[in-house]
Amino acid sequence: MALHKLTISEASAAIEKGEISPVELANALFDRIDAVEKKIGAYVTITMEHAIGQAKEAGNRVRNGEKGKLLGIPMAIKDNMCTEGIKTTCSSNILGNFIPPYESTVTQELKERGYVLTGKTNLDEFAMGSSTENSAFGYTKNPWDTARVPGGSSGGSAAAVAADECIAAIGSDTGGSIRQPASFCGVVGMKPTYGRVSRYGLVAFASSLDQIGPITKTVEDSAILMNIISGNDPYDSTSAPAAIPDFTSVLGKEIKGLKIGIPKEYFIEGIDAEVGEHVKNAVKQLESLGAVPVDISLPHTGYAVATYYILATSEASSNLARYDGVKYGFRAEGKDLLDTYMKTRAKGFGDEVKRRIILGTYALSSGYYDAYYKKAQQVRTLIKQDFEKAFETVDVIVTPTAPTPAFRAGEKTADPLQMYLSDILTISVNLAGMPAISIPCGFTSGSLPVGLQIVGKHFDEEAVFKTAYAYEQSTDWHKRKPKL
Amino acid sequence: MQYETVIGLEVHAQLLTGTKMFCGCSTRFGSGPNTQTCPICIGMPGVLPVMNKKAVEYVIRTGIAVDCRISSYSRFARKNYFYPDLPKGYQISQYELPLCEGGFVEIPDSGSTKKIGLTRIHLEEDAGKNIHGGANLSFVDLNRTGVPLMEIVSEPDIRTPKQAMEFMKKIRTILRYINVCDGNMEQGSLRCDANVSVRPVGQREFGTKTEMKNMNSFKFVEKALDYEIKRQIKMLADGGKIVQETRLWNAERGITESMRSKEEAHDYRYFPEPDLAPVEVEASWIEKIKADINELQDVKKARFISQFGLPEHDAELLTSERSVAEWFEQAVSLGGNPKNVSNWMMGDLMRLLNEENIPIQNCPLKPAHLVDLLKLIEDGTINRNQAKSVFVEIYKRGKVIQAAKGKMNLPALKIEVYSEVKVIDIVKEKGLAQISDESEIEAAINDILEKNPGEVERFKAGEAKLMGFFVGQAMKATKGKANPKIVNELLRKKLG
Repeated sequence: MALHKLTISEASAAIEKGEISPVELANALFDRIDAVEKKIGAYVTITMEHAIGQAKEAGNRVRNGEKGKLLGIPMAIKDNMCTEGIKTTCSSNILGNFIPPYESTVTQELKERGYVLTGKTNLDEFAMGSSTENSAFGYTKNPWDTARVPGGSSGGSAAAVAADECIAAIGSDTGGSIRQPASFCGVVGMKPTYGRVSRYGLVAFASSLDQIGPITKTVEDSAILMNIISGNDPYDSTSAPAAIPDFTSVLGKEIKGLKIGIPKEYFIEGIDAEVGEHVKNAVKQLESLGAVPVDISLPHTGYAVATYYILATSEASSNLARYDGVKYGFRAEGKDLLDTYMKTRAKGFGDEVKRRIILGTYALSSGYYDAYYKKAQQVRTLIKQDFEKAFETVDVIVTPTAPTPAFRAGEKTADPLQMYLSDILTISVNLAGMPAISIPCGFTSGSLPVGLQIVGKHFDEEAVFKTAYAYEQSTDWHKRKPKL
Repeated sequence: MQYETVIGLEVHAQLLTGTKMFCGCSTRFGSGPNTQTCPICIGMPGVLPVMNKKAVEYVIRTGIAVDCRISSYSRFARKNYFYPDLPKGYQISQYELPLCEGGFVEIPDSGSTKKIGLTRIHLEEDAGKNIHGGANLSFVDLNRTGVPLMEIVSEPDIRTPKQAMEFMKKIRTILRYINVCDGNMEQGSLRCDANVSVRPVGQREFGTKTEMKNMNSFKFVEKALDYEIKRQIKMLADGGKIVQETRLWNAERGITESMRSKEEAHDYRYFPEPDLAPVEVEASWIEKIKADINELQDVKKARFISQFGLPEHDAELLTSERSVAEWFEQAVSLGGNPKNVSNWMMGDLMRLLNEENIPIQNCPLKPAHLVDLLKLIEDGTINRNQAKSVFVEIYKRGKVIQAAKGKMNLPALKIEVYSEVKVIDIVKEKGLAQISDESEIEAAINDILEKNPGEVERFKAGEAKLMGFFVGQAMKATKGKANPKIVNELLRKKLG
């Protein structure tokens, strides 16, 4: 049995039955990492020793009769979530030596349930980017075509899942950073409702948009992880006190009569023809399962990218102010305080991060605030209202996840605007705070995966999971594996 | 030309919450550097603030005490600037939609009162402290980082440095009364900045203002403003222009010095804090806080006058501090005559406390001691002068007991020292009790009259002032212990 190919539900069943031990499973994963990591570069830090220790501990718990979906499951964590005693870099030089003395709430939940941390995955520095090319610690490649990017910013997590370098992974999504790489890598990426999952310990990029979510091989695994990481956290006042349903309980339920909104603004020029075709076919597939397509409009979609890049960069300019070389992380000594600040930040941050800090600082500056930040907040409200209005008549909204399949490495690095546009179909969802998933819905003639995005109402991840699972189970896309 | 001064104050008050504004760290003053810190107040990556509800409550309590409108919907904002004592690179403060708006306080002003309007009261977090050492080194202590700080902003209603000082005093009294701030200016738990400008009398628009910082005592507030106003007037009189800038009070040199000009002023890039939900203050919460609020000074003073029949001067002094008022009321409730209690407190008690700078709540002499003492005076056991020496003795012994209690583990201390000192014991010990036994006094008087027949003759012939001589002799004979009332009565009877 190729243990590294297992899903969470398969692996936990095998562990529970005693067919495999957590240590065997962990070893299998590290063998796989040994074999393919050089080609992929999914990890910033591989934590093998730590992982074997965790696997042994999980094995003890299994022998003591404990059961649990995550007991002994090897998982990768995006390197912008703090892990106590384990380097957390955000793929930035400025945090290149940072070892947090605390654990993020999400990884704490996983730890308590006995997960095994395979390592910390690569990302665009501070999650700013759509290709994982903006990393201080090397590029991550797309397992389907290593000349192409895995998407970003959770490119390391998505590539690790696609290349079977972990059983599942955790990512974060500010403007599409879970869904777009999931789409590019042919895996399942879920961005929960804003407030569903605690952000405590997630190194902030844009606080009002960031959400943590799972990247998995199947919809079922996604629901399993969501059951674990969801919930109100006393350490995050933006986490919602909403009740947590059992997300796996909706899997397999019929979608007959389910109204799926097809927003006209998402099927336009600029969408790759093959991507458009696959998504239209997916809609037909859902229709054949009893769902009812409804044409809808989200009229303010055209403003989403501009709105996002004002709000996200504004928040980022403030969130990243703490990296000043005074307390922790990288410091470049200067001749005085100001010089130390400037040298530290000039050398510590990469170009894209600096670009966004400058943009955000500008947008918040006295005299520009009203024209940029305030206006963008107003447009954000309109975008949110678009979705709320649409959801008065439909249960979920279906769109492509990204306008194109994975692009070539270096193709867009010279043109930030082109890069920003690769999030055009995911960004609105963050601005509106809705939950959305990306699942595989076909392959291009060049054998690149295409992703289907399913968006739900606030705190209605159940409808998203139900739809995604129904589609997944009626197709074989999720079973394909890249040849490595 | 005659100039008029315009002053507005920004008062910063550290709130008396036990923990910081966004984390569970202690707010205690004076601990070792960086011992009261955690990943949250140090601003480590990925941490989030969680609001201390008590801090919000204290601001609302203050707002109620000074007649503000309490906002039902209030928001926090980030104030962005770089400084080593600000670990996040931004301070969580309030900008639009503060917790309280409007309101006023009344200050004494040349025999009458003056209303000073308030613009707003908001809540923010304090910064840490930079400590500049030798050898070109600086250190950062983040213990104070994240301590809840309330900012009270006045309208530009203040016209003189004296009024500014009175305003500060009034704010301090109120904050201490409602128990939201200890008002300690030396430790920096109460601080103030001032916006100062002058304009020719009659001119409506304001002159160019300067912002004054670093005035950490009432005296300095008055002195610094006084200096700054004179500086501005002289500047204008000499044909110069006021530069809008921030100036620091240099207490050593007694002058204000330029710190940074308007051009160098920060652009704080305020924006709503995305990590905190807006605060919604329900009317029921305000009502609850209102009900809990302590009686304010003005109300208490009026009550002291009407309930205890105290003169205004006494009532003013006794209510200046809540703890003083409490001490007084305790003594009265134990049966002390209000005016007598007041006299002793404002006289001997305050003198002793002020000499050693001891707050009244730590006074080694308790209200019960004073009441016992007053009773002994009333029933004639001791006279006023004797009472004074007993008073001082109890105070001293009480201090020994307090010190002993602080070092309870010292076995060498005698056990008696732990028991409370009693007034009557001291009186007995000193042998101070008056002689009220008539036969004893009569014997002494008879003796005196026998030995001084000449004086007796002269008295009987009408030289009334000799009564003093006889009394003096009687007191002398009884070593001052004779009850003077009885001495007088007996002398009159005998010489009659």
